[in-house]
Amino acid sequence: MDYKTLDLTDQFVELIRRAATQLPADMRQGLHQAKGNEAPGSAAEGALDTILLNVDIAEKNSTPICQDTGTPIFEVKYPVGVSTRKLADQIRAAAAAATKNNYLRPNAVDSLTGKNSGDNTGEDFPTMHFHEWDEDAIHVDLLLKGGGCENVSTQYKLPDGDLGAGRDLEGVRRVVLDAVYQAQGRGCGPAVLGVAIGGDRGSGYLKSKQQLFRQLDDTNPDPQLAALEERIFEEANQMGIGPMGFGGNTTALGVKIAAQHRLPASYFVSVAYMCWANRRASMDIQLGGEEVEVSYA
Amino acid sequence: MPKLTTPISDEEIRSLKAGDTVYLNGIIVTGRDAAHKFMIEHFIKKPVQPDEQELYDDLKELLDGGVIYHCGPVVKTHDDGSYSFVAAGPTTSIREEVYQADVIRHFNLKGVIGKGGMGGNTLKACAEQPAVYLHAIGGAASYIAQSVKEVLGVYKLEFGVPEAMWVIRVEDFPVVVTMDSHGTSLHDTIQAQSKEVLVGLIS
Ligand code: SF4
Repeated sequence: MDYKTLDLTDQFVELIRRAATQLPADMRQGLHQAKGNEAPGSAAEGALDTILLNVDIAEKNSTPICQDTGTPIFEVKYPVGVSTRKLADQIRAAAAAATKNNYLRPNAVDSLTGKNSGDNTGEDFPTMHFHEWDEDAIHVDLLLKGGGCENVSTQYKLPDGDLGAGRDLEGVRRVVLDAVYQAQGRGCGPAVLGVAIGGDRGSGYLKSKQQLFRQLDDTNPDPQLAALEERIFEEANQMGIGPMGFGGNTTALGVKIAAQHRLPASYFVSVAYMCWANRRASMDIQLGGEEVEVSYA
Repeated sequence: MPKLTTPISDEEIRSLKAGDTVYLNGIIVTGRDAAHKFMIEHFIKKPVQPDEQELYDDLKELLDGGVIYHCGPVVKTHDDGSYSFVAAGPTTSIREEVYQADVIRHFNLKGVIGKGGMGGNTLKACAEQPAVYLHAIGGAASYIAQSVKEVLGVYKLEFGVPEAMWVIRVEDFPVVVTMDSHGTSLHDTIQAQSKEVLVGLIS
């Protein structure tokens, strides 16, 4: 197929619609399980019940799961020869079209004038990252990252004397638990926590957000990190903050950690706090044949 | 299913305890940053101007024993000019902390709905008035929109759709009392308890 004529605007609109209106199966299952762990009749159980009903209604009516449709973050893998400049234009056109169809709320505000662009496009908006690969295909992951939970995302610089956190995995554990405590119910928990160890302030935050693309039940290939994920997950849930901060057994639905190289001088731990509405969707475009073949997940 | 219907009496408010789930019914009014600022600047800090007297009288009646909802809804306008709510989740309440206590006292509000809880001034006003802070489920926009059965009218539409004051009738809108009229804030309790656990986990 001729890459020059490739136009994926409609496919990007459909990808956005799916992300905004259909909560991924693993997130639903996590919420279901969580509901079973809460005391019958408790505010925590009621909150999870309302959330699950809301998810069903949104899917049925093809309306946004949450009215804050967040920052759309696109991670695109593409083969040699595909123009990323054109793909970026198509993504922006798709964001505008999806806003018109009410899949997205107008969510891009000019920081100087305070004016909303009205169509989810603007300076560095939506967020996009392109990665070249060897396949004759395009793979796109999309995350809609809400604002309320973004406000409680945070970054620590180790060592941290107050928390007794040194530059090791024990230090990481301490600061991540502190982040969960600091957030309380303000990030619309139960949360998925994306954590990046190392990097600089910019790359660390990015890496922590990219962890939110992982399936809730996957296992970290690094056994040390896998063990740390498990431990923080259990300890976060011992904290009793619960859904919406109402108290209860479910404070986190998952903890996903990655490590990056860092400068000798710095040791950052970045924590991306994601609300229960962890809206992600992906699509695969096969470019081998005459026509493009699209599948969504 | 414990229900609460506006206008709400003082006795009903006093019977509520932090942690209770209730289903709200009746007429309530949405209001967020612009609406709160407006009420303070035009009605509470200054005498009401003649051209705003009618609006003031309407609000007085609606809010007496009533409830304000911190919500910036997505609203659909139908061909006949009527409205319906498409998405109606709560917005973060703490931004109204500077205004809320005065608004509760002035209008004899019995409840404020939002998310994330509020601070000491509001908690104090809740104890005196009495009133309660009701926490809606953050993000449950479609579900809550379905419990909005009717849009009865709108004031200050010039603030924009999210900031306008929408008068709505709700049925079985699920909320949790997180700040009651006895000085208890569930937010403070949970924060203190989780602090203890945190200290245990990292010491
Ligand atoms: S934090 Fe998440 S669920 Fe809460 S309002 Fe924002 S996007 Fe919606």
